[in-house]
Amino acid sequence: MLELKDLKVEVSGKEILHGVNLKINDAETHVLFGPNGAGKTTLLMAIMGFPEYKITGGSILFNGEDITDLPLHERARKGIGMSFQRPPTIKGVKTHQVIELSARNGISIDEAAKELNLGHLLNRDVNDGFSGGEIKRSELAQLMAQQPSFVLLDEPESGVDLENISLLGGAINKLLQKDMKRQRVNSGLIITHTGYILDYVDADVGHLLIEGIVPCAGNPREMLHHIKENGYEVCAICPTNC
Amino acid sequence: MSHKLLDDLTERAKLAINKKAAFGEDIDLTKYLKPSNKHDYVEDLEKLSDEEKERLIAVGVDTKAEQRSGSFVQHDTKVSHRRSTQEGVEVMGTGEALEKYDWLQDYWWKAVAVDQDKYTAHVELHQNDGYFIRTLPGVKTVYPLQACLYLREESTAQNVHNIIIAEEGSELHIITGCTTGPHVKEGIHLGVSEFYVKKGAKVSFTMIHGWNENVAVRPRTGVFIEEDGIFLSNYILLKRAHSLQMYPNAYMVGKNSTARFNTIIAVPEGSHVDSGARTYLRAPGAKAEIISRTISTGGTVISRGHMIGEVPGVKSHMECNGLILSETGIVSAVPELEGHVADVEMSHEAAVGKIAKEEIEYLMARGLSEDEAKSTIIRGFLDVSIMGLPPHLEAAIKKTVETSQKGFM
Ligand SMILES: Nc1ncnc2c1ncn2[C@@H]1O[C@H](COP(=O)(O)OP(=O)(O)OP(=O)(O)O)[C@@H](O)[C@H]1O
Ligand SMILES: [Mg+2]
Repeated sequence: MLELKDLKVEVSGKEILHGVNLKINDAETHVLFGPNGAGKTTLLMAIMGFPEYKITGGSILFNGEDITDLPLHERARKGIGMSFQRPPTIKGVKTHQVIELSARNGISIDEAAKELNLGHLLNRDVNDGFSGGEIKRSELAQLMAQQPSFVLLDEPESGVDLENISLLGGAINKLLQKDMKRQRVNSGLIITHTGYILDYVDADVGHLLIEGIVPCAGNPREMLHHIKENGYEVCAICPTNC
Repeated sequence: MSHKLLDDLTERAKLAINKKAAFGEDIDLTKYLKPSNKHDYVEDLEKLSDEEKERLIAVGVDTKAEQRSGSFVQHDTKVSHRRSTQEGVEVMGTGEALEKYDWLQDYWWKAVAVDQDKYTAHVELHQNDGYFIRTLPGVKTVYPLQACLYLREESTAQNVHNIIIAEEGSELHIITGCTTGPHVKEGIHLGVSEFYVKKGAKVSFTMIHGWNENVAVRPRTGVFIEEDGIFLSNYILLKRAHSLQMYPNAYMVGKNSTARFNTIIAVPEGSHVDSGARTYLRAPGAKAEIISRTISTGGTVISRGHMIGEVPGVKSHMECNGLILSETGIVSAVPELEGHVADVEMSHEAAVGKIAKEEIEYLMARGLSEDEAKSTIIRGFLDVSIMGLPPHLEAAIKKTVETSQKGFM
């Protein structure tokens, strides 16, 4: 599905990612750990195609096609979708409108809204005065309408109460076609600090982003356990010793 | 009207006839001609020429007057149509009203000072009607009333004096369109409007302007709002206006009175608009809000707001947002807050600039092209649903906005 080859990314003239290699196959869910400021959001923004996140080296392959130079909206149309850590407010543009505009293949907006308990937000300006949890729910509703085959989720559970995490987990599982076994193709990359979302969403592979690279892959739960025990210096004691 | 009062007003007007306004280009009023006034009274607005009907419709006038509780049309200086279709709702020219009602002098130049500047003075000295609209106590308009001030003759001045009274507990919705004939290149519209919102009454006043090339516009408005009264003003200008300046005053003299001013203005190249609202919060519980959205595609727009909290327990908020969509346009926001006592709650936000890249990209990440994203944001920016209009009126105005929008997107 997605492959990053020696990806280098610069923000405001400073290189943040120094050569990231990562491969996510069809039907796989990957998790990205890493300390604050490591460059996790930067990586997702670069994959999505935000011009401010300048790719200065390496390449991004999506379903075998080199999309390194493809503009943002064309990547979205090819099936990449993202839920944002801090999306902007757009005054005058209603939440239901953004969901409608995101919708491909005529998916029902009511369904997405109901699934994420969004009814009361639909007629409000998108993200305007939304609580932390409301932002996450509105982001996921937009993705459910958009139906991407590859999802980038930037801390989908941070600031969300326990009941709503389960709601979000359900929506993420739908996006990732977790109810399908054989026919599943959709895949994703999820950033998490706490790992709470892993209680609801099955993840296949974990990665650690540190000092601008992604040095290793492993079992996500084990990695989380190591990080909790030893902090992000896990690399030093990592048994794989890569 | 008593002779003494009349003489006194004339005297004050004469003294102010050269008094420059506080804002806006100083306009030489002597260059405008007197219109010949060769208009006939029309019983049915549908009988107007197609050309003229089109202009009226563009500023929100329904020429069939189907969903209207009354209509008023003035061509140049003469009332050409007036009708009320609801009991308890009065619609007529102010000239006629002055003859009919002695008490009207108590409302004459009471919300606007006759010697505020040369424009108010000019209206007093050369007054040609204007509308008188009044709802009797407890009467609620079923449909909005509509009024149109139409500038038909080239290079003339229109001097109108409007009086709007909502008696106690009544509800009045007015939609006013001001426009020019399609061939009028130059002219000036001077409009004095005095509003009296009595105890527990509600007035919504929606004004759409559609001017031509070199028309200058100087509205002068004052509003008195009594206890529990609500005054809601919506102003929409999307077409070129060579020079327009206005700064209405709302005097919130009654407890728990409310005033809201919503403005949507777009200025193409050649337009210079200086528009604002001033609210005097003079009684406990008074609430005021000013929201302005301005867009420049090459012209200049200044949006002002001045809120004065004079007593404890008042609240006000102001929002001035401006978008610059071209290299040369100027958008300026001048919010001003003035608290005279400690216990006031007043705030403002202002932002001016191009469409935020962040917002465009957010929508692009959902699959919209850059142009689609921009027009979605602009459409949202000009959303009239913030105006809180009755649904069918909102739909009609939405249509007007969307049609004009195509012109500058
Ligand atoms: N637009 C920007 N301008 C300047 N610096 C930026 C910008 N975006 C990111 N950075 C910098 O790049 C580094 C990586 O930031 P990024 O947001 O990717 O971190 P993160 O791993 O997502 O952190 P967190 O866990 O706190 O969300 C930080 O030092 C950050 O300040
Ligand atoms: Mg981040």
